[in-house]
Amino acid sequence: MAGGSSINVLEQFELHPVLGGLGEALRFSQSPLYMIAAVCLVLAFLYFGMRPAAVVPGRLQAAAEVCYEFIHNMAVDTIGPEGTAFFPFVFTLFFFILAGNYIGLLPFSFTFTSHIAVTFAMAFMVFLLTVVVSLKVQGLRFFAHFMPDGASPFLAPLLIPIEILSFLSRPVSLSIRLFANMVAGHVMFDIFASFVVMLASFGVVGDVFAIGPIAINVALMALELLVGVLQAYVFAILTCIYLREAVAH
Amino acid sequence: MGVITKTVRAGLLATVCGVSLLAVSAPGAYATGMPQLDFANPLVTGQVMWGAIIFFVFYLVLSKAMLPGVARVLHDRSQRITGDLEVARSAKQDADKAVAELQQARKDAMAEAQAHLQKVLDEEHRTADQQMQEINARLASEIADAEKNVAAEKARALSALKEIAADTTQALVQRLTGVVPDAQLVARNVESASAHRSII
Repeated sequence: MAGGSSINVLEQFELHPVLGGLGEALRFSQSPLYMIAAVCLVLAFLYFGMRPAAVVPGRLQAAAEVCYEFIHNMAVDTIGPEGTAFFPFVFTLFFFILAGNYIGLLPFSFTFTSHIAVTFAMAFMVFLLTVVVSLKVQGLRFFAHFMPDGASPFLAPLLIPIEILSFLSRPVSLSIRLFANMVAGHVMFDIFASFVVMLASFGVVGDVFAIGPIAINVALMALELLVGVLQAYVFAILTCIYLREAVAH
Repeated sequence: MGVITKTVRAGLLATVCGVSLLAVSAPGAYATGMPQLDFANPLVTGQVMWGAIIFFVFYLVLSKAMLPGVARVLHDRSQRITGDLEVARSAKQDADKAVAELQQARKDAMAEAQAHLQKVLDEEHRTADQQMQEINARLASEIADAEKNVAAEKARALSALKEIAADTTQALVQRLTGVVPDAQLVARNVESASAHRSII
């Protein structure tokens, strides 16, 4: 975290090739490595949780089933009966983001959801998916949604660009929301941690006052645990809402 | 539903490829302070490509293997609960039916026992009456027999009485007169005397 004498809070977001030259050639940094770790974590959780396949579940199995039913209910309740088809996608999205957010909270680890490239790619994927599904289900009537029902035709020149703009801004807002939340949280961690280092250079008085930023960082950790699941939830529920509009007839 | 699933998969694949191409070919125009915005860095765009691959593999493993497994467990459980409830319900119905049958059987048995008892009582009454009549008849015949015997005895005794009277008269007359009377005469006189008075 501390780069030389000065502390650079953005340094934690830097990417470094894994395995030296091979990583450089394959553009493989620690970010995909943590993605793999997150994916393996979720798969291991589901695999070991569901391995007993018991009628009366144990703790781990109950947790895995709760995860399944939570996302399943969210998808079906929000999207409708067609939600079962999109459920695996929403589940993948939610747990990819959640595991990424939570793995990033471990000390010395990396948060791949703090990269706009990753979050925008996911948001753009959701955006393209909704467009494809909309065109498939609704055909050309999809474009009629850009003119709100019952609005005066005289307002069309004003309303249609606004509607198009708001539609196109969906992936932007979706990606920046997650990215900004994760970056802000981790920068805050770093800033308060750097206060501790700075105060430590003031001797005994500094050591005593350093308790303050440490306490704040503990509180921040609790907040970040909340933000991590909340942002994953927001991303998933917005995806569901967009998909509901896409499958609506 | 199958069409939608296929559409989702195809759309996902297309999206992953599209985003990867877009990200890899994105111009890295500005390198600001944030490492995330340094799109000239091949590692920044590379994580999009790797992320797409990892995400797609994650999606495939989840949708093909993991989630159907969870769904199967949940489905099995709900089916088992429904089945068990069904079994319990039918068992309860059977028990209710058995109780009703038992009560009916008890009622029937009670009615039958009552009828049987009445029949036995009637039979007993009839038998007792018959026996009483038989006994009465026997007693009556015995009484008649006894009366007949008594009458016969009386007649015999009475006939013996005449002989005794004749013998006594002969003996008295012989003692008084010293003459042996004619037996025929004595018998005739006793006969006539006894005819004048009734002894019994």
